[in-house]
Amino acid sequence: MSSINRKNLTPAQQQYQDFAHAREPQRPIFANCVRAFIAGGFICTIGQAVQLFFITFFNFNEKTAGDPTVAVMIMISVILTSLGMYDHLAQWGGAGTAVPVTGFANTIASASLDSKSEGFVLGVGGNMFKIAGPVIVFGVFSAFVVAIIKVTIKSLGGM
Amino acid sequence: MEKFVLAFVVGGAICVIGQLLMDGLKLTPAHTMVTLVVSGAVLGGFGIYDKLIKFAGAGASVPISNFGNQLVKGALQEAETTGIVGVLTGIFEVTSAGISAAIIFGFLASLLFRPKG
Repeated sequence: MSSINRKNLTPAQQQYQDFAHAREPQRPIFANCVRAFIAGGFICTIGQAVQLFFITFFNFNEKTAGDPTVAVMIMISVILTSLGMYDHLAQWGGAGTAVPVTGFANTIASASLDSKSEGFVLGVGGNMFKIAGPVIVFGVFSAFVVAIIKVTIKSLGGM
Repeated sequence: MEKFVLAFVVGGAICVIGQLLMDGLKLTPAHTMVTLVVSGAVLGGFGIYDKLIKFAGAGASVPISNFGNQLVKGALQEAETTGIVGVLTGIFEVTSAGISAAIIFGFLASLLFRPKG
């Protein structure tokens, strides 16, 4: 973005941008990745444990256990978010807490909690999908395109 | 036990990809999630994602990329039985649990709790 607009800036502005850029705090990418790996791996391990629990005690098989597992993970995440604990985890884990489905639930729960003061219909109802909305929109659209392509190929006799 | 290790490693690896998108390409978390969902949908279309789930269990099914995979899966399953309209009617078939749970629990939370900090 900044590189496109750069030409329209005065020299002083460009100088300032360089100045600001040099003083931006360096992101500790490696440390962040290690944390994301640990946090994400930990959450997925919990998911695996929940899945095993459903398979052993509720007669689900490996294919059908996915749905209740996701629901339980979402419930845990929403409870942690409501108690204000997920944000602390997210501060430490970065993408490790944002990428699993718990992060998706966290964005929904925190958006609806934050906008509670604006009322239930326009506040909670309207803002719930503020952050999670794009995920659903792009997910559905790309899935639609992929599915249409695949169905077309199949009907033409390929694959 | 082996399953747990695989879930940890693969789930962690997907999160590292997310972290690299966020730090390396300076994407916002929302952009990162969208990118992963779209990649999941494309991999799902090729049937690669299901193999990953078979290999890593929850390590592949808990990250958000599985959401895209499941959308494609639902659409294709329904298209199999009802033809091209099935793509529209089936797209949420498999993901229904995740979306409904998120909406219901999120709404309950806003009824029961006040925002913290």
